[in-house]
Amino acid sequence: MLPYIGRRLLATVPVMAVVAVVVFMLLRLTTGDPAAIIAGDNATSQDVEAIRTKLGLDRPIVQQFVIWIGNILRGDLGESFFFKKQVSELIAERVEPTLALAICTLLLAVSVAVPLGVLAAWRRGTWIDRGVMGLSVLGFSVPVFVIGYLLIYLVAIQLAWLPVQGYQRLADGVGGFLERLVLPSLTLAIIYVALIARITRASVLEVLNADHVRTARAKGLGDAAVLVRHVLRNAAVPIVTVIGLGVALLIGGVVVTESVYAIPGLGRLTVDAVLARDYPTVQGVILLFSVVYVLINLVVDLSYTFLDPRIRY
Amino acid sequence: MKAVAEPVATLALEPVAERAGVARLMTRNRSVLFGGAILALVVLVAALAPVLGTTDPAQVEPVLRNKRPGAVTGTRNADGTQTERTHWMGTDSLGRDVYSRVLYGARVSLIVGISVALISTAVGLVIGVMAGYVRWLDGIVMRIMDGLMSIPAILLAIGLVSLSRAGLRTVIIAIVIPEVPRVVRLVRSVVLSIREEPYVEAATALGARTPMLLVRHVLPNTLAPLIVQGTFICASAILVEAILSFLGVGIPPETPTWGNIMAEGRALFRIFPHNILFPGLFLALTVLGVNILGDGLRDSLDPRLRSRL
Repeated sequence: MLPYIGRRLLATVPVMAVVAVVVFMLLRLTTGDPAAIIAGDNATSQDVEAIRTKLGLDRPIVQQFVIWIGNILRGDLGESFFFKKQVSELIAERVEPTLALAICTLLLAVSVAVPLGVLAAWRRGTWIDRGVMGLSVLGFSVPVFVIGYLLIYLVAIQLAWLPVQGYQRLADGVGGFLERLVLPSLTLAIIYVALIARITRASVLEVLNADHVRTARAKGLGDAAVLVRHVLRNAAVPIVTVIGLGVALLIGGVVVTESVYAIPGLGRLTVDAVLARDYPTVQGVILLFSVVYVLINLVVDLSYTFLDPRIRY
Repeated sequence: MKAVAEPVATLALEPVAERAGVARLMTRNRSVLFGGAILALVVLVAALAPVLGTTDPAQVEPVLRNKRPGAVTGTRNADGTQTERTHWMGTDSLGRDVYSRVLYGARVSLIVGISVALISTAVGLVIGVMAGYVRWLDGIVMRIMDGLMSIPAILLAIGLVSLSRAGLRTVIIAIVIPEVPRVVRLVRSVVLSIREEPYVEAATALGARTPMLLVRHVLPNTLAPLIVQGTFICASAILVEAILSFLGVGIPPETPTWGNIMAEGRALFRIFPHNILFPGLFLALTVLGVNILGDGLRDSLDPRLRSRL
């Protein structure tokens, strides 16, 4: 077990290195001169030169990369061109809404999708199965922002059940916090539900035909017990894998959902930073999201040993 | 003469008959037909946009702004006569006809979807074959692909479009780059399994050279999964393009794309939801059609993939 964790951790090092290089190159590949962008429109060429020296842009690119990596490892993501603040500070301010949205969506999606997928597999070939699969294709196809605006239109404007947009910090009251999270989470959950329901169905279908399931039935176990204890447990590995991989979809969706619902989170920050050509912030956020994604999938890989004791590394 | 011509004719027919078999297999699948029909309809709309449209999609008419769907407006011509126009989907806040803009928007979506699918499968095919066949390249290439894949696709695309001035080409490249690693992985896995097949070993033993092996045995085997993957890439590219435009980081706002029309409609969504709902409907329908087509192609071309996603 421990050597496996060690090896798995080591394997993430080259991946993170590639991510770092790509994200670093994002700033260097720009058509404009970052120093000129920071200096603004009224700067003299001396100003630009001073900024260039300050940021180390006049040094060889490899040296710049090493300095950049060193700073990042110390938690220094640089200073935002646009917000004139440390990027790490900016991220810290914006992390709560995004985290709340992501966790809410994850809980909602898993608790809806897994039962749906199991149901579809269990009632294979019936209208329930076809309905779930049809909805799943639909969920993949309707863009997040269209779902978002449809929900806003129906639930918030026509029915006036929930606030239209905005975010309330958890510290300012749980009621308002949850009230404003319902629609965004629902919006974001749909594509995730589609993904998880599909893989759950496929994976449960495979297990349903296994001998041990027949044995469990033969000894008179009820449907619910068979499904939960014998089927779902054995179908768990692919489902958990897809939940982990789906976090990429979730992160992409966060960017859009936060824009639709005017939530001041990291996704919104990304879009604002791109529009303002604020490269350090763009780099910081992309790097953070990628690290989180890699770490989540690391945890997923490690969880296999608990989900399926037969897996030994 | 006749007796000679007959065997020649049957010989020439053979490959045609084979192709008809694949075609029949594909058209027998209901999803292929249904998805293909939706896609054909969208292609038709895009091609006939100048005929079907009622107005120039870029024409700004402040007097006509924010009309509800179905509104009829009249404009006075130079000779004093009135021209009446029906705005089937209303107008936006600059007075542009949403219906005409939606029709033209189909063009951008299709161009982006199809070019991203073609470019990323082509690039992925080349890299994937190299990774699968050249041992020392494999490790390096796959680590790079793993790294690229750990940056969420939309984020990478957003980061890439921010690099240079937004335009159709930038957007296409920005969507292609995150898609390439997925194709590379697929092609590499096919190549790795094919090179272990006895018939490939036999061909090698008989002295077939590598390029010949690749063209004769490896490429045909990658075709079916690539077509399926390409279809799904097309669907996701259409979605990502719309998302980029919607967020304001994609194709410039004056170009009618479905994402741009929706971005324009955001401010007045509460009062005039049609600016978002109509392009959204077309977008969803197109992507749905391509996805259904992809599902059908996967089931009919590659039965082994059916049990997977």
